[in-house]
Amino acid sequence: MLQLNQIHKTFYPNTPDERQALVDVNQQLDVGDFVTIIGSNGAGKSTLLNTLAGTIIPDEGDVWIDGNNVTGFPEQKRARYIGRVFQDPMSGTAPGMTIEENMMISLGRTKRRSLFRGVSKQLRERFQEHLSTLEIGLEDRLNTKVGLLSGGERQALSLLMATFTEPKILLLDEHTAALDPSKEELILKLTRELVEKHNLTTVMVTHQMEQAIDFGNRLWMMDEGKIIFEANGADKDRLTVADLLQNFQDIRGKKMASDRALLAK
Amino acid sequence: MVSALYGAVESGLIYAIMALGVYISFRLLDFPDLTVDGSFVTGGAVTSVMIVGGVDPFTATLAGAISGFFAGCITGILHTKGNINPLLSGILMMIALYSINLRIMGQPNIPLLNENTLFTTISGWWEAMNLEAIFMAPFNWLGIADFAPRSFYTLMSLLVVIIIVKKLMDFFLRTEAGVTLRATGDNAKMVRSFSANTSLYIVIGMGISNMLVAFSGAMIVQHNGFADINLGVGMIIIGLASVIIGEVLFGKDKIVRMTLAVVLGAIIYRIIYSLALRVDFLEASDMKLITAIIVVVALVFPNWLGHSNAKSQYKKSKARATEKKGEIHLASTKSNS
Repeated sequence: MLQLNQIHKTFYPNTPDERQALVDVNQQLDVGDFVTIIGSNGAGKSTLLNTLAGTIIPDEGDVWIDGNNVTGFPEQKRARYIGRVFQDPMSGTAPGMTIEENMMISLGRTKRRSLFRGVSKQLRERFQEHLSTLEIGLEDRLNTKVGLLSGGERQALSLLMATFTEPKILLLDEHTAALDPSKEELILKLTRELVEKHNLTTVMVTHQMEQAIDFGNRLWMMDEGKIIFEANGADKDRLTVADLLQNFQDIRGKKMASDRALLAK
Repeated sequence: MVSALYGAVESGLIYAIMALGVYISFRLLDFPDLTVDGSFVTGGAVTSVMIVGGVDPFTATLAGAISGFFAGCITGILHTKGNINPLLSGILMMIALYSINLRIMGQPNIPLLNENTLFTTISGWWEAMNLEAIFMAPFNWLGIADFAPRSFYTLMSLLVVIIIVKKLMDFFLRTEAGVTLRATGDNAKMVRSFSANTSLYIVIGMGISNMLVAFSGAMIVQHNGFADINLGVGMIIIGLASVIIGEVLFGKDKIVRMTLAVVLGAIIYRIIYSLALRVDFLEASDMKLITAIIVVVALVFPNWLGHSNAKSQYKKSKARATEKKGEIHLASTKSNS
């Protein structure tokens, strides 16, 4: 489904600020795989995610999605295959427009947008049906401006909008990091439900090791632009936070720099 | 006085089309677009040259509007492909259009007085159907014939035009493409992440915006009976004034309501304008200053109003708090005694 071939990315090459953000990343994901990526700040998690999304074009290497080489595709063209949820709950929705209109924009991800079609009754019912699965009452507020929703509600809506059109790949960029604990729990629960429901191939970046262990069937640990450790299937199920920290220390010969509370919660 | 008011409503209806264009760029795309000053004249220039050349006025007006569409697209391309700041791309296009408009017109002024314009054509139909007498009848019957406009055909035909333009816009802005266009000005990052080419939407949106502006310019030259190279000076401010007045007085969240508010805003602006002109110590040349003041007042007043509301609420809540304290104090003294 997703293939990364020898991806290299260097920021500010040939200057004193030169930084190797991605070094020879080779990975492959199958349909339905759910990979969590952990690592400290500057490890290359976000660069990797942005390389998948198309906001960063790698210096070398190819990105293949569903048998298509999408390396040169600009962000919006690649979005045909990709659903994204951002860290900032404000980023994933248009505040000045209603829930219904936001849903309509997300519907256009997979096809040409029509000049003649608006929201029909059928479409509205479909939106309501999907919104009701969130169980936070958004289905009764189709004409509410999204700017009036709380951060948690907006993030839940972003998540729904990114998933209900069944993208080939779902990218989650620390999508619970800006929420308070109770909202975080809700979004994590919804993530699990929606990913399972649509059987989505998912890449989730997180700061919290527990989350990374809890979610998905695969785990990548990154440091200095490389994937230094990975665990799949049954191996991953047996992992603990202590194992991860120990592994990191064994491989890098140093302690993991915890910029934020990696063990929080 | 009465005929001046009807005149204000008439030109208000024409400027309303321009204001709707400004609403698209300024509010929906969040793109303060100064192309308007140029494209307004471009529409008028193309139309008047074609009318003088003997082209049917409907075709000429359409051509004028389309010329504005291209002007707007170029501004959009300057911004999206050339990465030029929106304000600057508009200014550049406005300056460029000044020369282009002069080229189109060949001279700074084209009179259209004895030409066959939209309005003379419609007036011909109107007389053929004898509609004037029908509209005049209620005024005569009520004995207020003095309060009737000199003729109904301009007012009525403009009303029909503006209703059509408004309905088309309402329809478009609620389609999938229209909703995406609105979201582009709201959250471009999100729109891109849902596979929409924001650059394309900005270019097309700017095209549509300036098409409306040029259409308005094409109507104005036919209404005024002449085209002038300086017709567009300050047009963006008039557009902004209309949009802001409309929003403040009639604005609501729904797009249907917003387009109506903009149209009404344009008419009210023209009425204020014509009233200001009737004040003795003001000259026609003071109008730009008055327009600027209207915009400043319209921009500042709502903020100031909101602020003073918040202030008085704060005072009230403070007063309530001290009252409560007083009661507690009273209560405590009572229990003491």
